[in-house]
Amino acid sequence: MNEPLHFLAITELAPLIAAGHLSSVDLTTACLAEIEAHNDALRAFITVTAEEALGQARERDAETAAGRCRGPLHGIPVSLKDLIDQRGVATTAASRVRDGHIAAIDAPVTARLREAGAVFVGKTNLHEFAFGTTSDDTAYGAVRNPHDQTRSPGGSSGGSAVGILTGMSVASIGTDTGGSIRIPSAACGAVGLKPTYGELPADGVVPLSRSLDHVGPLARSVADAWLLYLVMRGNAPAAGASWADARRISGLRLGVPRPYVHDILDDEVRGRFAESLAWLRQAGAETVDVAIPHASDTATIYQHMSLPEAAAYHAASIDAHPERYTPNVRLRIEMGRYVLAEDYARAQRGREILRAEVDRALAEVDALVLPTLPIPAPPIGAPTVEVSGKTESVRNLMLRLTQIFNLTGHPAISIPCGSTADGLPCGFQIVGRRDDTEALLAVAAACEPRVVA
Amino acid sequence: MSEPLHRDHMTTDEWLAWAGADADTRGLPELKPLIEALAAAQRTLRAADWNEDAAGGGPDAARAENARPGDPDAAESRP
Repeated sequence: MNEPLHFLAITELAPLIAAGHLSSVDLTTACLAEIEAHNDALRAFITVTAEEALGQARERDAETAAGRCRGPLHGIPVSLKDLIDQRGVATTAASRVRDGHIAAIDAPVTARLREAGAVFVGKTNLHEFAFGTTSDDTAYGAVRNPHDQTRSPGGSSGGSAVGILTGMSVASIGTDTGGSIRIPSAACGAVGLKPTYGELPADGVVPLSRSLDHVGPLARSVADAWLLYLVMRGNAPAAGASWADARRISGLRLGVPRPYVHDILDDEVRGRFAESLAWLRQAGAETVDVAIPHASDTATIYQHMSLPEAAAYHAASIDAHPERYTPNVRLRIEMGRYVLAEDYARAQRGREILRAEVDRALAEVDALVLPTLPIPAPPIGAPTVEVSGKTESVRNLMLRLTQIFNLTGHPAISIPCGSTADGLPCGFQIVGRRDDTEALLAVAAACEPRVVA
Repeated sequence: MSEPLHRDHMTTDEWLAWAGADADTRGLPELKPLIEALAAAQRTLRAADWNEDAAGGGPDAARAENARPGDPDAAESRP
């Protein structure tokens, strides 16, 4: 092992802690040192709970010494996107609107992580109220991509992805309303899972759009994401137990939706995706083209659902304190007030159509595969970028290949699949059948060693 | 909101005029470009071929009413 220990996966660290070869205090101290060294530049964390984390780590070490293990996350440093309640700690949502807020109790997902032995090192920065894809509209300073600090880490869970990539925490919990776990995972080179809609409780999590919000993990491997998902679902495996059974790659049938998905792709992203498919085929997987006929209606449907749902949640506070919002987020919330009820209802119908079409596309295959992002991480603050000689909106591009699965509720995961010539990561997205997130994870575990460069 | 919404069905053009005027009234002129983008999305949404019609007809009437000739957003929305 040449990597520092705090850069290893949970699956590697947990046995070391359980065997007494590594103390949680040492591991937590190493993560806190990375935060201390790099957070001023990267702005990954809004709140660092150093004393509390070290106290928890000491407790975990004492328990280990006494022969007790709380669960599969015993002594592992984890961070929470700052939309998720942790008792006694502010939940800022990266907004001045929430100044003075302190969570009275843990969100259910936080409580389950705590019960499984996690050590909480802090709350991570995000696009204000998760209402954006770049993590630059935040009251706590734009989050920076560690691969190139002039670039966005993606969003809205940008701080979570940056934190696990730089050793500030071993894993993080984020939320995904249009891609906010998968987008930063792709832009930074992490694994990000959006489970099936409704599987993980969203209580105690500041909502963006309740019918589209998902809670999920960002991690260093599919196995880690799988473990965190099980813990948050309330089915934590016993410490040391096996849970990640990868599918055999041979015979795996993967559907590739090309119309719409491949219409706008950066050349290098297209190249990494094509290489990944070639490696998977070489390993024995079969790829077949599939169609989602109304995929091009996704953005329209999404806007007419997400905007009014966000406006409803923010109505009172935006009337009372509009100046406390960052300007772009305020305007997007205001937009939602103009969506007519009949158009919201039309969007609901469109959502049903898309859901049925994705179900059909999955009927004859084990999973769908597509790029997570059509572009590499964009420059911080850029409203547009050039793709194949055309100027495109960054926001539209960032959401283009992920938001459809928030509308349909299908589970989706992003795993790294190499980098551009400039060293910017690319993401490989895998989508599974609804209510079978574990089958998706088994496919992702099979694909991971073939596509991760 | 100084004007009544509409007597029966608000077309996208009528909605755009109302929303833009309301944004001005509320001192939010910077909202108008976003509302114009939303109008394009609304046209696309209303023209979608999966919209239902209580009379049992197809979506042609809605498409004719809402899609403006040469509107690239509406045109690009079709697969």
